[in-house]
Amino acid sequence: MSEKEGIGIVKTQYFTFAEPPQDIKLVCGQKLGAITVAYETYGRLNADKSNAILLLHAFSGDAHAAGYYEGEDKPGWWDAMVGPGKAFDTTKYFVICSNCIGGCKGSTGPSSINPKTGKPYALEFPIITIADMVNVQKQLIDYLGIKKLLSVAGGSMGGMQVLQWVASYPQLLRSVIPIATTLKHSPQQIAFDEVGRQAVMADPDWRNGNYYGYGQPERGLAIARMIGHITYMSDESMEEKFSRRLKDDNYSFSFESDFEVEGYLRYHGDSFVKRFDANSYLYITKAMDYFDLSNGKLFPSGTTADIRFLVIAFRSDWLYPPYQSKEIIHELKMRHVDSTYCEIESTYGHDAFLLEIEEESHLIRHFLNATYEQAK
Amino acid sequence: MPETQLDYKIICRIIAAESKVLDLGCGGGDLLRLLVREKKSRVQGIELNEKAIYKCVEKGVNVFHGDMETGLKGYPDKFFDYVILNQSMQETKNVDFVIEESLRVGKKVIVGFPNFAFFQARLRFFFKGKVPITPSLPYRWYDTPNLHFLSITDFMDFCREKKITVLEKHYLGRHKPVGIMPNFFALNAVFLITRETA
Repeated sequence: MSEKEGIGIVKTQYFTFAEPPQDIKLVCGQKLGAITVAYETYGRLNADKSNAILLLHAFSGDAHAAGYYEGEDKPGWWDAMVGPGKAFDTTKYFVICSNCIGGCKGSTGPSSINPKTGKPYALEFPIITIADMVNVQKQLIDYLGIKKLLSVAGGSMGGMQVLQWVASYPQLLRSVIPIATTLKHSPQQIAFDEVGRQAVMADPDWRNGNYYGYGQPERGLAIARMIGHITYMSDESMEEKFSRRLKDDNYSFSFESDFEVEGYLRYHGDSFVKRFDANSYLYITKAMDYFDLSNGKLFPSGTTADIRFLVIAFRSDWLYPPYQSKEIIHELKMRHVDSTYCEIESTYGHDAFLLEIEEESHLIRHFLNATYEQAK
Repeated sequence: MPETQLDYKIICRIIAAESKVLDLGCGGGDLLRLLVREKKSRVQGIELNEKAIYKCVEKGVNVFHGDMETGLKGYPDKFFDYVILNQSMQETKNVDFVIEESLRVGKKVIVGFPNFAFFQARLRFFFKGKVPITPSLPYRWYDTPNLHFLSITDFMDFCREKKITVLEKHYLGRHKPVGIMPNFFALNAVFLITRETA
């Protein structure tokens, strides 16, 4: 394989803790252990461990934020932002990205083996919350010997975890970068998640969650993903990407997919079921729906520590609209928190946080630099 | 380093050290950076232009992207020591509201604006019958961002009418302050105002 630019070849690492009887207690009251966390790191931790940045992935993301796996051509999900000379400059910073619990990308989730039964957890996996995800990340940070994070950054569900870090461990943070996110899931966001879950659960192949060994509830999960993809785009970006273009020259006058947009959704639905566990879909969307740090819960102790905020939203994002980012700003205004808010002009909708690289890079690079200089 | 503009120098002189400052329409954040360096101010900017936001972030200046009206909301009374409206008041639609809100969230308000009654403007209008174009009002009638045109006298009348206390008045020429007949000779004015509470 040819030399890849940027970080180059990377490998996922695993950290296991909370072996019974040291299971951790979850927000729902149940216990979970042992827990494995899949994570990757890029760059080098400096001597005083002051250059560590934690990246948090979105709903269906994973620990593979940057670089390439051996033999693969597709880089990590935020490769454009993470690497030498990039926004998260790995010549300067030590960047960590871990897969959230409840997921299916190496960290413990409903498809993992339940040590008590020797079979996949399925619905015996306890309900998790964004706070539980963050508590597990904290264990990883402790394990890596980091006392203070230069920054915690992420978009969408990653942004919710960023905000949860503020609520749970403010004393560990120098700065945070919540992107295209919210203080609480709105009824519209809950509604979309619920439709997705119902699509999964209505598929007879779901078998009340016990489909392991039989194959995924492919149709239900694909439909859920198709709905998701619509919410990630915008009317404008769909017009630009597909317009009413046909896959063939003429209408088929059947229920085959005539339009490019139909083909796109079917393709993404079908490819999603190959890479994502249907039960993880249920658990993680539920975790997002329970998320609510509004009404002062962002700063439960009343103090704000000394955290700098860079809040980023995108004008055409209707899934996590800019007004939700402004609600975060509202919480910060009254509390003397050093904060910056930018609403990037973009037509990409929610997907913009993965696509508007130039603008995001500019903001993040300078923001991190100022934070790093201040901390010195 | 280029010479600091005269209005920045004057504003910088007005502001007490280690104050909390809100700059409405802070542009690229030059004034705020100056205040951080010279006066150890704790600063927050509000700016509508996205490109200017990037400039602020480059300088490490905290800024909120949005309009002044929305930006002022949510701050408690007298939260800032100073609210600055430098060359931005005349560009907002609701001047009345913005000034009142600024006086609410700031103990003192600094207003800088171009003087429409500058003599060159008067001459141009009187002899040529054309809308003024001056160094402080450099725009043509069709591309000006200014929604309101006012003179120094107009602003003093405004303060009197609204029962706003004027603490300081500074009149600016092209390179130095103006002493005599400011409403005739000053290109720009910088006022320090407050609303004294009973």
